[in-house]
Amino acid sequence: MSRPTKQIHLAAHFPGVNNTTVWSDPAAGSQIEFSSFAHLARAAERAKFDFFFLAEGLRLREQNGRIHDLDVVGRPDTFTVLAAIAAVTERLGLAGTINSTFNEPYEVARQFASLDHLSAGRAAWNVVTSWDAFTGENFRRGGYLAEQDRYERARRFLHTAWELFDSWHGDEIVADKDTGQFLREPRPGTFAHHDDFFDISGQFNVPRSPQGRPVIFQAGDSEAGREFAASSADAIFSRHSTFEDGQAFYADIKGRLAKFGRRPDQLVVLPAATFVLGDTDAEARERAEVIRHQQVSGATAILFAEQLWNRDLSAYDPDGPVPEVDPLPGENTISKGRASVRMFDDRLATARRWRELGEAKKLSLREVVIEVTGRQSFIGSAATVAETINRFVQQDASDGFILVPHIVPGGLDEFADQVVPLLQERGVFRAEYTGTTLREHLGLELPG
Amino acid sequence: MTPRPPLHLALALDGAGWHPAAWREPRARTAELFDARYWTDLVQEAERGLLDFVTIEDSLGLQSDRFDGPDARTDRVRGRLDAVLIAARVAPLTSRIGLVPSIVAGHTEPFHISKAIATLDYVSSGRAGVRVRAGTGGAEADLFGRRTIPGIAAADLERPEVVALITELFDEAADYVEVVRRLWDSWEDDAEIRDVATGRFVDRDKLHYIDFAGRWFSVRGPSIVPRPPQGQPPVTVLGHGTVPYRLGARQGDVVYVTPRDADDARRIVEEIRAEQDAAGRGGETVHVFADLVVHLADSAAQAADNRARLDEWAGEPQVSDALIVAGTPGELADLLLDWQPAGLSGFRLRPAAIPHDLEGITRGLVGELQSRGAFRTAYEATTLRGLLGLPRPANRYAAAAAAAAAV
Repeated sequence: MSRPTKQIHLAAHFPGVNNTTVWSDPAAGSQIEFSSFAHLARAAERAKFDFFFLAEGLRLREQNGRIHDLDVVGRPDTFTVLAAIAAVTERLGLAGTINSTFNEPYEVARQFASLDHLSAGRAAWNVVTSWDAFTGENFRRGGYLAEQDRYERARRFLHTAWELFDSWHGDEIVADKDTGQFLREPRPGTFAHHDDFFDISGQFNVPRSPQGRPVIFQAGDSEAGREFAASSADAIFSRHSTFEDGQAFYADIKGRLAKFGRRPDQLVVLPAATFVLGDTDAEARERAEVIRHQQVSGATAILFAEQLWNRDLSAYDPDGPVPEVDPLPGENTISKGRASVRMFDDRLATARRWRELGEAKKLSLREVVIEVTGRQSFIGSAATVAETINRFVQQDASDGFILVPHIVPGGLDEFADQVVPLLQERGVFRAEYTGTTLREHLGLELPG
Repeated sequence: MTPRPPLHLALALDGAGWHPAAWREPRARTAELFDARYWTDLVQEAERGLLDFVTIEDSLGLQSDRFDGPDARTDRVRGRLDAVLIAARVAPLTSRIGLVPSIVAGHTEPFHISKAIATLDYVSSGRAGVRVRAGTGGAEADLFGRRTIPGIAAADLERPEVVALITELFDEAADYVEVVRRLWDSWEDDAEIRDVATGRFVDRDKLHYIDFAGRWFSVRGPSIVPRPPQGQPPVTVLGHGTVPYRLGARQGDVVYVTPRDADDARRIVEEIRAEQDAAGRGGETVHVFADLVVHLADSAAQAADNRARLDEWAGEPQVSDALIVAGTPGELADLLLDWQPAGLSGFRLRPAAIPHDLEGITRGLVGELQSRGAFRTAYEATTLRGLLGLPRPANRYAAAAAAAAAV
């Protein structure tokens, strides 16, 4: 018996403040004007994508105690720009990253419930955590949260928000003009939540929204993050975009669901992925090389190396060999406000690997960085990329992808025009939206 | 004779209108109060009427007739959407009218609100403003659970300890607006350089830490959002007495007030001007708008009947902080022009019932004022600051850097 063909889910990630966003290209447009957001969202909706995705960071990044100036800097407020995008799209889901550390459940629940109303059921929340005092300096409470408490706060935050979403059931408003009765009951939205993190009570003031609750995304990759996703999320935004890595992650995360009483289809696994298209595979590979060099300038290569070495390397030549000096052990003090610095588990061994790679292939520091960091996920002709994406999904390396174009605002256009029709021809991607809400696009049930 | 200064008109939007029984009117779109289409239609109608801006009411808690918490009434509109998100949802579908959502300073983060209003300014191409409400205690504080602030009952407003508490809440709001404003300036206009030769996206010397440290919070900055198109979106405040007038005089561009007549308006304007001088802003434009609740009809008798019908549905005469006016558009035009010389730049009109009284403003009052040469016949500016006659302000940090360089 053959397994049923899976339908692919696709989303568009607005290119953000990492070096993967190429701002130096003549075709690169504004990262802040609304026209850029509208362009990308419309391209995604034209291609029948499931949703549009926005990342967020609450403090500008710093390197060596100064604001990092080599990548894109600056982005809009998540809720505000998603509400505006709702005005220029009709079906596209709208996913926003909102931090559970420097927000409060009542306000965030109000905002997501409002966004869900104003988009007629298209809101999603990517729940992220942070704990650092660096970000805390922009907020009332400062750096109040211990790192080990961040997922517990996130879990409690989310469950508190659910209580608020569920505090209106959907039948409270009668609005009978003849009798003058607006509410069926005098105290709609009544809630009281008390735990170690939150002590709140009252009446929630947004009536139940079309999706009941926004779709919940989780993006953390740690053990705690995976457990959080398996217990509470509708979809997971993962980093595991290669085939083997994707399959391993997919099996791991889906395998965790049963102990929370959930079925595999109740959590959609969507790795972030990048792509480069060409008329032929060879042409795409050439373009990919050009883009990699745009993404990793000499200055950016030094900066990447400094994150690993945890020391000032500004005296080194990026076109020279990998530095012989060893990384500094201990807490990373050189780079602040970015998630990726926690990825280097063993700095000494990683630096040694970089050196060996440089010597073996006769590569400069910059070329080593290009080689080891963030190669594009899908490179090839439209036919190759369509075939590859479909293989990944059918063989359970993912349920689809959150595509990150490398350029604003036109970076998705080629994919929408060339790859999506091929997936539609194969019958593995929708040719038209069949539902109106994001839950329907993702095959998720309405919460009870 | 000097020409009459331009009259500004703002429209205050809240639910089905400002009369508690407005939702029962046959034309009220009561089933659509939580739909984007409803809000879009209202703001587009206001834009056809060439109004300066709309305000959108908001509160953290459920609406209530009481000052200090929910009232358990079932006969009035309850439930509302976040006003900043309504404004953002409407922005791409309008092109000239200003969008001024309400925010509550007491329990929210100035960093978040600053970036939200800056972003509203981007998605509206320079038409954002904000109405700042001070926080309150009691039930509202319990929604956040972060601070214990006593609730305030209407009957206690004159008690000294309550006056002291209200003064504190407004002082906090003043600090809050200071942070919001500094964050708007924390990027100089030309900070984004995209210098391919050096690989630099921004000139970090043009990004500024705001380093605000106050009694209630400290904020480092800079904002994550570049300086908004208007530089400083207008900040507006509603006040009924000295404490809120002071907030408006210290930090506002527009103060909404609730005079009973022209003499009352004159007295209030004088008080605000004195507070402005005390705050060192004597030379700056701070508009004073009078708020009015309006019932409009083709005849005065019909307007009075409309008001009486709504009052009867509500079971009692409407009570409002603002003067309630029932009459023809011509009579309302007379009143506005009679009050304007008291020092008012304009009016914020609260339609008693939507859409009826909203259309009375856009299709009746506006024409009356235009025929008397008292109101614009086309939008003369593309930004809200432009409509309000406010120049685009210099950036405080750029100005400071230039001054330092000149020494």
